[in-house]
Amino acid sequence: MNLKLDNETYWLVGGVLALLVIATLVGQWLRLRVRSEAGAKTVQNLNARTKAWWFMVIIFLLAMLTGSVGTVILFGLTSFLALREFITLTPTKLGDHRTLFWVFFLITPLQYWLVASGWYGLFVVMIPVYAFLFVPLRSALVGDCERFLERAAKIQWGLMICVYCVSHAPALLFLKIPGYEGQNGKLLFYFGLIVQISDVLQYVWGKTVGRRKIAPLVSPNKTWGGFLGGVATATLIGAGLWWATPFTPWQSAGMSLAITFMGFAGGLVMSAIKRDRGVKDYGTLIEGHGGVMDRIDSICFAAPVFFHMTRYFFT
Amino acid sequence: MTADLMVFLAKLISGANARWLGGAPEPRQRIYFANHTSNLDALVLWAVLPPEVRALTRPVAARDYWNTGVRRYLADKVFHAILIERKKPTAHDNPIGQILEAMGNDRSIIIFPEGGRFSGSEPMPFKSGLYHLAQKRPDVELIPVLMDNLNRILPKGEVLPVPLIGHVTFGAPIQLLPGETKPAFLERARAEVMRLHDL
Repeated sequence: MNLKLDNETYWLVGGVLALLVIATLVGQWLRLRVRSEAGAKTVQNLNARTKAWWFMVIIFLLAMLTGSVGTVILFGLTSFLALREFITLTPTKLGDHRTLFWVFFLITPLQYWLVASGWYGLFVVMIPVYAFLFVPLRSALVGDCERFLERAAKIQWGLMICVYCVSHAPALLFLKIPGYEGQNGKLLFYFGLIVQISDVLQYVWGKTVGRRKIAPLVSPNKTWGGFLGGVATATLIGAGLWWATPFTPWQSAGMSLAITFMGFAGGLVMSAIKRDRGVKDYGTLIEGHGGVMDRIDSICFAAPVFFHMTRYFFT
Repeated sequence: MTADLMVFLAKLISGANARWLGGAPEPRQRIYFANHTSNLDALVLWAVLPPEVRALTRPVAARDYWNTGVRRYLADKVFHAILIERKKPTAHDNPIGQILEAMGNDRSIIIFPEGGRFSGSEPMPFKSGLYHLAQKRPDVELIPVLMDNLNRILPKGEVLPVPLIGHVTFGAPIQLLPGETKPAFLERARAEVMRLHDL
């Protein structure tokens, strides 16, 4: 299936590229102006993030240009890399080796094949039911009972978060929304834009006006100022983008509110896991951001909710 | 060509990145000694070295394992491995002499002083080869290396790798101290490798 390139798509893409140009210029301007050492560090991190954003946006656009199959493959690879980071941080035992082989090379590709095939019925139950039952069975056959439940739960959790939840984003391309046929590319773009810009805005608001921490033990960077400012502005942007979606402006605001809220929840929960494991980032793949998992934590929580809300109310 | 491909594959499968905690990688003669938990260890350690350092570095490997088929080809033509007899060394077939000869005056080597792969959480006691090398070549830097998580990627006895992320940590060089006994030196070398866990 090809994704139609209409005027609205050009406006969305053009808007994002314009934002990146502005962010790049502001970053360079700040670099010349900054005096203090701590400030220089923040600006350096900001510029590294902007550079990585260029890279991620261009990859995403290229994938969408190839059509829905390319996009599904891109999300599949993203899941694969996220799962790799997740399981690396999660202690499993040698008895789980064969199970993990299945998880990486069979269950993950199968889930994305189900997305691309549009087989909704199996897509929603394959991991929560069949993979859920298969994982402990395969490990039990090996016969190592030490910390058995804990090990099985960790693998199941990794699959749910990194693969199942993320796969709901490209699944947006296969929803049949009356009056919106062939335009689902914009819906995915809208989702990606809101969830990521909400992250960026929460970061910006947090750095500028954020003071009271929401959960200092979990994530010292998350403040009430950052949360409220980020949610409010991202929701406004979402409402302003209603023309690209099947929603009215009010519906679009509601959807964006749900996306930003879930995105925040994802960031908080995935931080709690990092704290528990004693690390700051899941990986080092994306300069300035950490690992893949650090960048998509908000997608993990937001994608299934946005998918089901759209599916329930609009198809 | 094959070497570039092997380096690419090793980095892809192991996701390994090198951390140099005890100084920078340099193209000078060194002995890298590491814990050994996976068949991937030698390949990955070799692959994460910068190209100009890698070109000078030869892994020391067991002849009984690397002597057949594809492994033989890789050992000879790609890694330029030094294949030693680990089962029954004789005066005639002495691994230390063979390694010293292969090192010459400019080659670095990679060795795994445990003498085999073990999957416990701590490395086994080191065999004495490292001590003899340190004694014969006091001018060569001994670099402790920790191979972390590789045993989860390809554990002993498994054929199919699981693509987790491995870490290779290079520590600060150590030397044989004047008057240091063999057991004391070997234990210190082993502790230096384990210490990298916590850094």
